[in-house]
Amino acid sequence: MILVQAIKLAGYHVFSSKEYMSRVRGGLNSTEIRISSKRVAAYVDRIDILLAINEGAIGHLGRRITKDTQIIGDEDQLKSVTGEYNVLKIPVLKSAEELGGIIFANVIAAGVISCMLNIPSGVFDQIIIKMFARKGEKIVEKDLQAGRKGYQLGEELMGSNDFKFEIEKGPSVKDELLLSGTEAVGLGCLAGNCKFMASYPMTPSTPLQIFIAENGKDFDVIFEQAEDEIAAINMSIGAFYAGARAMIATSGSGFALMEEAVGLSGMTETPVVIYVGQRPGPAVGLPTRTAQEDLNLTLYSGPGEFARVIFAPGNFKDAFELSHRAFNLADKYQIPVFILSDQYFAECNYNHPSLDLSNLAVEEHIVRTTKDYRRYELTPDGLSPRGIPGYGDGLVVIDADEHDEEGHITEDLEIRARMVDKRYTKKMKLIKKDIIPPELLGSDDYEILAVGWGSTYGTIKEALNYLGWEEISFLHFKQLYPLHPDTVNYMNKADKTVIFENNASAQFANLIRMETGLEIDEKILKYNGMPFSVEEVTETLKSIGGL
Amino acid sequence: MDAKDFNMDDADVAWCPGCGDFFILQTLKETLAELEIKPENLVLVSGIGQAGKLPHYIKCNVFNSLHGRSLPPAVAIKAVNPELTVIDVSGDGCMYGEGGNHFIHNIRRNPDITNLVHNNMVYGLTKGQASPTSRTEFKTNLQVEGVFLEPFNPISIAIALKASFVARAYCRDTEETKNILKKAIKHKGYALVDIFQPCVTFNKVNTYQWFKESTYYLEDSHDPYDIEQAFKRSMETDKFPLGIFYMNPDKKTFEENLEVYLEDKTPIYKRRVDMGKLERLIASKR
Repeated sequence: MILVQAIKLAGYHVFSSKEYMSRVRGGLNSTEIRISSKRVAAYVDRIDILLAINEGAIGHLGRRITKDTQIIGDEDQLKSVTGEYNVLKIPVLKSAEELGGIIFANVIAAGVISCMLNIPSGVFDQIIIKMFARKGEKIVEKDLQAGRKGYQLGEELMGSNDFKFEIEKGPSVKDELLLSGTEAVGLGCLAGNCKFMASYPMTPSTPLQIFIAENGKDFDVIFEQAEDEIAAINMSIGAFYAGARAMIATSGSGFALMEEAVGLSGMTETPVVIYVGQRPGPAVGLPTRTAQEDLNLTLYSGPGEFARVIFAPGNFKDAFELSHRAFNLADKYQIPVFILSDQYFAECNYNHPSLDLSNLAVEEHIVRTTKDYRRYELTPDGLSPRGIPGYGDGLVVIDADEHDEEGHITEDLEIRARMVDKRYTKKMKLIKKDIIPPELLGSDDYEILAVGWGSTYGTIKEALNYLGWEEISFLHFKQLYPLHPDTVNYMNKADKTVIFENNASAQFANLIRMETGLEIDEKILKYNGMPFSVEEVTETLKSIGGL
Repeated sequence: MDAKDFNMDDADVAWCPGCGDFFILQTLKETLAELEIKPENLVLVSGIGQAGKLPHYIKCNVFNSLHGRSLPPAVAIKAVNPELTVIDVSGDGCMYGEGGNHFIHNIRRNPDITNLVHNNMVYGLTKGQASPTSRTEFKTNLQVEGVFLEPFNPISIAIALKASFVARAYCRDTEETKNILKKAIKHKGYALVDIFQPCVTFNKVNTYQWFKESTYYLEDSHDPYDIEQAFKRSMETDKFPLGIFYMNPDKKTFEENLEVYLEDKTPIYKRRVDMGKLERLIASKR
């Protein structure tokens, strides 16, 4: 993060994405950082410079290293690496030891690259001071020294080699925001007046829990680490019942435990916002990797039938605005609303111009109750005004059993049918008038339509830009359910359709078929735990386009 | 106020005639009336089972939740609006079986709520299977040879976790039960009241007669602040002591510990996001 911040502050566009093993320390982990004169928000395979502080890195990154990759590595660790690779060796670990331990290796390495990019050392120092201030003066001083050592090694490298970086700076980049996908969602939740989050830690949703916990005091949000996921969602539903907008953050297996309570939200018509950071399953799966495997899980979660909405942001603007919207929608329609993210999206960082709060109102959907208040009053559109206990003279009675208009348990089958109409049929009708349309990138007049949802946005977009073909356009869905009716027209206009999904069963393609009867021609599915790269998407589209 | 103020005249009560739950319902209404708790400011949260139906028969705000899951919403409701009186009404299967994890951890959390557990030592709603508190050798349609699992002892567990208020009552002793309920509801912090209650249909062993013969009241000399004595008494099962076993006056409640209430007591449901502050937080990401 030090280097990513330094790059941004120096005025370059930057993107970073990390992949790591599921262990507390060690393992083979890497962070990809892209430095660019243009805006970038996508993962690529290509590696121009590899900074390796252990030998395993080279095998780990495999075919991504080519003859054009400049490896800069630790001289002891990379002793045996020769020949086919383009390697420059520097004493990173030895220098770290001299400073007091290998813990400084990362800062030294960041300093090396920062120096090579000609980032002023003052900018680098400023970030070190900001980042380590909490840890006390001594640590700050040590890390400043480590940075300087990195710069010194960088200068030596530049002096003895013929490197040239030609990356243009963007004039306004340094004043832009540097966010992660998690932060974009978290800021949206705060803007949506989230007041309560109960959750159980689980990668990759934990960072959102931390974001809310850290900001709890400033933004009047109660964060509670629940004893299990079941408690977490039931607490959040209780909080929404009592009048505080509430959410939970979880991932695949954790969400599986919450399913019963999704039905509680549906049945009692108590709103709840559910953030699911997807990772490869089933069961524990690959905890630190990425996937888009839990669309079906969220779509069908909970017994019985009731209305729901599923969002899947693909960029930071959407993540921020959809998260805000999730709370308004949940509150308005009294339903569960899902925000589907994944490890790749949650943990990637890039610079983003700004987040606009001016149009983000917190809608008020709670009514003051009167003596004759009935929580489930049957109305023409299916929405009953929602009261909360202690606000007004009425009583707010809700029930997980089938209930009458007052909220009391009933086995009257006529009322039952009317309540199903209300919870499902009528609400879906309303919600369908309020769907965010898919975004078409490229010309209206296309032959091939690439389809994607959620986190693949940046990657497919960049691949299309790279190809620069008029004939291909990209349709990105940020609301998956209910599906926007325009989907049919978009699909029908194409000679050929192709979908990219990070799962093995083409879950969204199946949803499209189910809702529209239209089959997507080509399904490009990746489920090894890594995101699609720009190159992969480009090559695939080339072959589909007949080149 | 009068107990009648809590009547639900048109409620279709589903309990069997003679069920111990009727005594609990009446005693609870009287308790609430004597404590002058208004129905609008009271929330009863329940799970599933015969006890879980009680809130439908009493005039107040109700959250009839999932089986075993009454405590999580109860805690959240109190946290979001500490001005409400929140009572969790559950049964032995719901609270100690399905919801066992929540039971344990909410004792640790110590929300200012009252937790009433109707304990009839049998599953009523599902027609007669063993509950966590069923005594050994109790035969059912599923425990065909009789129960052999060690019965769950909620009182000992609550004391071991230093719960802030731990009591046991017997529903038929309405005056004594009312006394305990009053203290439990007034108590600041989590208050467990395990209430013995016969199931007249599915438990032919633990009857009114059995409960009468198998219980006695803790003496006036019992010191509820002495945790070791309390624990020792909670282990008695030849005859079950009734009354307040233990109180822990030193515990801060969950709500008191919450950062959002340290300086400002306004319930958080009344607060709105400060967009200016949010602007500044966003700006800090530059």
